[in-house]
Amino acid sequence: MSARAPLSGLRRMVLAAPALWLFLFFLAPFALVLKIALSKPAIAQPPYEPTFSLIEGWQALWDKIGTLSFDTFALVIGDDLYLAAYLSSLRLAAIATLLTLLIAFPLSLAMARAPKHWRTALVMLAIAPFWTSFLIRIYAWIMLLKEEGLINKLLLSLGIISTPLSIFATEGAVLIGIVYSYLPFMILPLYNALERQDPSLLEAASDLGATPLTSFWTITVPLARSGIFAGLLLVFIPAVGEFVIPDLLGGSDTLMIGRTLWNEFFDNRDWPTASAVAIFLLVLLIAPLMNYERQQMKEAVR
Amino acid sequence: MKRGLSPLHLAVLAAGFAFLYVPIALVVIYSFNASRLVTVWGGFSTQWYVSLFANEQLLQAASISLRVALASAALSTVLGTCAAFALQRFGRFPARTLFTGLLYAPLVMPEVIIGLALLLLFVGLGIDRGFWTIVIGHTTLGLCFVAVVVQARLAGFDRSLEEAAQDLGASPARTFRAITLPLIAPAMAAGFLLAFTISLDDFVIASFTSGPGSTTLPMRIYSQVRLGLTPEINAISTLLIGIVGLSLLAATVINRLKAPSVR
Repeated sequence: MSARAPLSGLRRMVLAAPALWLFLFFLAPFALVLKIALSKPAIAQPPYEPTFSLIEGWQALWDKIGTLSFDTFALVIGDDLYLAAYLSSLRLAAIATLLTLLIAFPLSLAMARAPKHWRTALVMLAIAPFWTSFLIRIYAWIMLLKEEGLINKLLLSLGIISTPLSIFATEGAVLIGIVYSYLPFMILPLYNALERQDPSLLEAASDLGATPLTSFWTITVPLARSGIFAGLLLVFIPAVGEFVIPDLLGGSDTLMIGRTLWNEFFDNRDWPTASAVAIFLLVLLIAPLMNYERQQMKEAVR
Repeated sequence: MKRGLSPLHLAVLAAGFAFLYVPIALVVIYSFNASRLVTVWGGFSTQWYVSLFANEQLLQAASISLRVALASAALSTVLGTCAAFALQRFGRFPARTLFTGLLYAPLVMPEVIIGLALLLLFVGLGIDRGFWTIVIGHTTLGLCFVAVVVQARLAGFDRSLEEAAQDLGASPARTFRAITLPLIAPAMAAGFLLAFTISLDDFVIASFTSGPGSTTLPMRIYSQVRLGLTPEINAISTLLIGIVGLSLLAATVINRLKAPSVR
C-alpha cells in the first residue's frame, strides 16, 4: 500500500482522534506536573501558588513565572526520607521481578512443551487472573497472610509451627503481592518466546552429547532472551511505582515511592512535593521505559 | 520429541496454577461463610449476599462503576481501533515514533503518575471532577489496550479479500463495512471487554479523577478493606469474579466462533 503517500482526509481524522486524545490527556499533563513541582504549596484552592491566568494581564503573568523555583526539588533531593523511599522501591521491585522470573520460567516452559491442543487453554488459564480485580487478589493475600489468616491456621493445625508467622505487614508480604499480581505479565512474553523455539535444536544438541542442563543454558535460555527481557520490564516498571500493594500488604515502615507520592498528595495535600516526586519517579523509569518501547516497536515490525 | 507431558512438567503446571488460583478460590469459598470472622469457618450461609444488596452505598458505587466502564470501554474501542489502523495501515506518517510511544507508555506507566497528571490537568483547566473525568482517565488507559489487541488482528489479516471486493467494484466505504469490519469485529469486542474490566477494576486513577458523589466500587472496596476483613467483601468479590469470568468466556467464544471462517 501507499507507504509514504500523504494521508487522505479520512485517514488524517482516524489518526488525529487517538493522537489528540493521547496528547491532551497523557502527554500534555506532564507539563503541568512539572509546573506544579516548581510551585509552592499554599493554603488555597487549588493548594499551590502561583496559579496562572491572563485575567491580570501579561505583566502579572510574567511576574508569577518568575516566582517558580526549584525549591521543592531541592527539598525532595535533600530529604533522606525520599531517597530511602526511592531506593527501597527499586530494591523491592528488583527482587520481586527476579522472583517472578524464577517462578514464571519453569511454568512458561512447561506450558510451551505441553501438547499443542492444551496450549491455548493453558495460556487462557495463565492470564485469566489478570482479568479478576487487582484489589480482590490483594485482598485474598490479606486473608491468607494475616496473623489469624488461613496460612497460619493451616500450619498451626498441622503442628508445623507453634506460634503464628508474622508475614503480613512486612516487605515479604509486599514481595508476594507483587509476584502474584504481575505473574501473568511475565508468563505471556516468556511463553511466546519459548513456544517459538524449534524443538529440533534440543534434539540436535542431545544427539551431539549435550546434557539436558547444558542445552537448557546454551539453547533454551539464550533463545528466550527477548521474552525474558520484555517480561522483566513489564513487571519492573509498574512495580516500582506500585501503591496498592505496599499500602495494603506492607507495614507502616514499608517505604515505596508510589505510597509516598500518594500520602503527600492525599494526606498532606502537598501537591508540589507530590509532583516533584512524580517527576523523579519518571526520570528513574525513563531508561527502562525507552527500552520497553523499543522492544514493542521491534515486536510490532515483526 | 516426547509426546504428552512429562511428570515434571505436569507437577510444575499444577503448582503454578495452584499458586494462581487457590487464593481466588478461597475468597469465593469464604464468601459463603456464616461467621462474621472471615477466616473462621462457621458453616455455609448466603447471608452476606443478602446484606450486600441492602448496602445502598455499595450498590450506588457499583452502578457508577458499571456506567463509567461502559462509557470508557465504548470510547476506548473507537479510539483504539483508529489507533490500530493508523499503526498498521498508514505506513510512515510524521511523528509515528512519538505516536507509538504514546500508545505503549500508558500500558506500563505507574498508575499514580497517570492519575496525578490527569488530576492536575483537570484542576488546571478548571474542570469539576466527577463521572466524566473518570471516564477520560479510564479511556486513556483503555484505548492503548484496544489498540494492541486490534492491531494484532489487523497484522494477521488477509488483505486480498479487501482487494477482491474493490476489484469487483465495491467502494472503499462498502469494502470497509462488508469485509474489514466483520473481520476485525471479534478483536474489537475482545478489546471492548478488556477496556471494560480494566475500568471496572481500576482504583488508583479513579481515586485521583473522581469527585464528590462519584465514588467507584473499587474505591469503596478499598476503604472497606482498610477497615478490616468482612465476609461482605468476599461476597462482592465473588460477584465481580463471576461477572468478569462470564465476560471472559464470552470474549473467547466470540473470538472462536468467528476466527476459523476468516482464515
